[in-house]
This record gives sequence, structure tokens and C-alpha cells, in this order.
Amino acid sequence: MNKFEFPIIKEHVNCGCNVMTAISENIIPRLNQAFVRGFVNTPAGRLPRISSELVWQDHWGSIRARWGVGRTDYKIDPGLYALGNPDNNSSVFVSANYKMSFDHLRSALKGRSGWILVLDTKGINVWCAAGKGTFGTKELLRRIESSDLKKIISHNRLILPQLGAPGVAAHKIKQISGFNVHYGPIRAKDLPDYLDAGFKATEQMRIKTFPLQERAVLIPIELVEAMKAYLLLAIIFLIVSGISGPAGFWTNTATFGLFAAMALFCAIIGGAVLNPLLLPFLPGRAFSIKGFSIGIVIAMVLLYLRNMNMSGWPERIESMAWLLIISSISGYLAMNFTGCSTYTSLSGVKREIRWALPLEIACGAVGLVLWISAVIIA
Amino acid sequence: MKNLMYLKNVVTLQVDKNKCTGCGMCMDVCPHKVFKINSKHVVIQNRDACMECGACSLNCPVNAISVNSGVGCVNAVINAMLGRNNGECCGGPDTDNKATESKGGCCC
Repeated sequence: MNKFEFPIIKEHVNCGCNVMTAISENIIPRLNQAFVRGFVNTPAGRLPRISSELVWQDHWGSIRARWGVGRTDYKIDPGLYALGNPDNNSSVFVSANYKMSFDHLRSALKGRSGWILVLDTKGINVWCAAGKGTFGTKELLRRIESSDLKKIISHNRLILPQLGAPGVAAHKIKQISGFNVHYGPIRAKDLPDYLDAGFKATEQMRIKTFPLQERAVLIPIELVEAMKAYLLLAIIFLIVSGISGPAGFWTNTATFGLFAAMALFCAIIGGAVLNPLLLPFLPGRAFSIKGFSIGIVIAMVLLYLRNMNMSGWPERIESMAWLLIISSISGYLAMNFTGCSTYTSLSGVKREIRWALPLEIACGAVGLVLWISAVIIA
Repeated sequence: MKNLMYLKNVVTLQVDKNKCTGCGMCMDVCPHKVFKINSKHVVIQNRDACMECGACSLNCPVNAISVNSGVGCVNAVINAMLGRNNGECCGGPDTDNKATESKGGCCC
């Protein structure tokens, strides 16, 4: 809930008229946000001044968000900010109100001044918000009006991140507001070169890659989400092994349950950690295949380390069960990673889900039945 | 590093070369270098690299590009298949209705 957003939305909803005429007041971001360093006086009022230097609180905030702590509320007030000492000829950079997006942008502009127009993307990063339309044409038009941008600058150039393009129709912005949208580079760190080249991006700046470092930073959130399901699953496996096995409850959990808890943990590491890290080197194009492959290798290694006597049926069935369960969990989590990846298409994801999800559910279910049977007949 | 590629022959991208004026806007916004310019209009040079983000289609001033774009998060797609939640995941749709925002497993 953001108090700055209501005047616009209320008016917009009530009158149902053109967004441009619905805006009546100038909305200024609060000056008491932690990263604000004073203010600048402009024809549109006192705007918060920010620096391109990140301090430890900013880094700590990013780390917390990466681990899912306060992530859905890691946002700043939308509106116009002054970076350094901008004047009416300074560039305007458009960003999202996810704090990490904003920090990326300002820290890339060291030693420069400019205006940063922050859209209300409900605390979501630029690319995801653009895909959902919250980093979008309508919101940009609203924000141009509500920030009184025209009173502050004397040019009509807005620089948007290229990855904002799935949400913003540049020609409509031009048509309705008169502002020229320039799509800057994909990565904020290329901005200085882009600016120095006279708003020209090289081909390299326009291509989205997915290098190891970018894949690695996504691991914590994947892991945190998977761990919630893991705790529940592990407890169920421990209890089931305890009450179904041949000996007493604690002996059973020691024989079957602890291995189960460990195997499930390794399956999650496979899908949520190894898959992102090894992505380009894993077989197959479908993410599920990559995950299945990791799962099978993990299961083999675990079973080998467990050093089971494979002459009896209970052991054979239990081994089979773990091959199925581990690979299905790892496959599912890997498939889930398509949403984080930077190159998968919606049509592709739909096709993959159509065959992979039933397969993962079937493998998991068969594995579970086999495992319970193995524990019971042991 | 080699370019990562997803499934082959699934992408819904289409260019209407009769409408295309060759302005090159799609080449600017495409993050995977799917288009190239061919004398007077653009052509698709690398269809399988397209991730259906929809940037080209939305930014085409003459409406010459069509693509089924949408949120590719697994949770969202599963929800859509089950007819739940309008197929949305984190961040919610572009509406002002807070009630349609969902929570939980997220993609981005």
C-alpha cells in the first residue's frame, strides 16, 4: 500500500476518463527514505536527492531480498528523484520501484547527474514488471504527469532500460506525451558508454546473456522456497518410515528415515543449486531433462555411498524408489527455473509443462509407493 | 560462452512484411537478436532464440509483429492451465484490484 498512488488511481477509476486528464496533483517521493541525501528545489517542488554511492544498508538490503527476507516489500516511493546536481538539460532515466533495480541504476551512474523517474511497479524489477505490464505505457504516462516532469526539464528525452520494452510502447508515449523514449542498454553498467556514445547502444549491449554470476545470485531464493516444502516432506518421510518399518520407531527412522531426509535434501540441491550453476553444460534443452539428469546422477552417488546389499528385493525396490523420487524432484525444481531464466519462451514452457509435469508427478508418486512398500516388506 | 537455447519450433513470432516499414525498432528492443534487416523490411533470422517477451510487437509502430507473449513462470502457467488466479504469479496483473494479487512461489 502506498499512499502516493491513491490520488491518481482514485481519479482514474472514478471518472473513467483519459489517464492524462485524470491527474490533478503533483506527487513527490518522501524525503525521509533512508537512501535520500537531502533535496533539490525544482519548479515541481522539493525533490529528494540521491547519490550514486551505495552504502552498507543498500548492500545488506539486496542480500536480504536475494534470500527472500522482506523481498515483496523491498520498494521505494515512485516519482522523480534527483541524482547529483541535475539541471533542465540532464538526462531522465526511468526505473522500477524495486529497490534493487533503483540501486543498480544509480550506482552505474557514478560521477554523473540526472533525473530518475521511478515507476510504481509494486516492488517488482523492471523486466518482470514489464512482462506483467506494471512497468508499462499507462504507468509511465501517469508518472510523467504526476511528477510534473515537463516543468523540470527542457528536452523531451527519456532513457528506459531495454528490458522495459515488453511493457512500454515507445510510439504511444511519443504520441500522447510528446516524450521520446530511448531504449538504453540492457545492463545498467553499460549506461556510461551508452551516454558517452550519444545514446547509441552497441550490439553487445542489446543482447541478454545469462552468465554464471547472474545464475548464481538466483540460487538463494530458489533454495529458500524449496526448503519450505522440504521440511514438510522430510518430516512425513521420517514419520512414515518410523511407523511402517520392521523394527521399533527410532530404529526404523535411523535405517530408512534419515537416508530419506538426506536424499530429499540432495534432490533439492540438485534442482535448485546445481541446475542453475551447471545450466549450459547439462544435457537437453528442456529444463526438466536437465533436472532429471542431475537427479539420476545424485541418486546413483547416494545409493553407491550407502553401500546397500542389493541381493534382496526390499533394497532393490528402495533403490528404484529413490531414483524416481530424486529425479522427479530435481526435474520439477529445474523446470521451475525456466521462470528465472532469460531465454525461455512462454510457448516453450507450456509445451514442456504439458509432458514434464505429469511425468514428474507420476515418477514421484510411483517412487513414493515403492519406497513405502520397501519399508513395509523390509 | 555458447548462447543458451530453449525448445525448438515452438515460438509464435510472426512478422507481416507487407506492413513492416523497416524502422528497426524491433531490432533495438529484442534481447536475443532475433531480427535482421533485409533491404526494406525486417526478417526473423533466429526464431528459436525468441523468448516471446513481446517487446518487438508492442513497440512496432505499424503493428507488423505478432507474438503470444506472457508470463513464463511455471507457477503462473500451471495456474492458468488449472484456470486459477488468471495465470498470474508475483506482482499481480496490471489492474488496480489488490485482491487479484497472488503470493507464494515466485519467478522473478
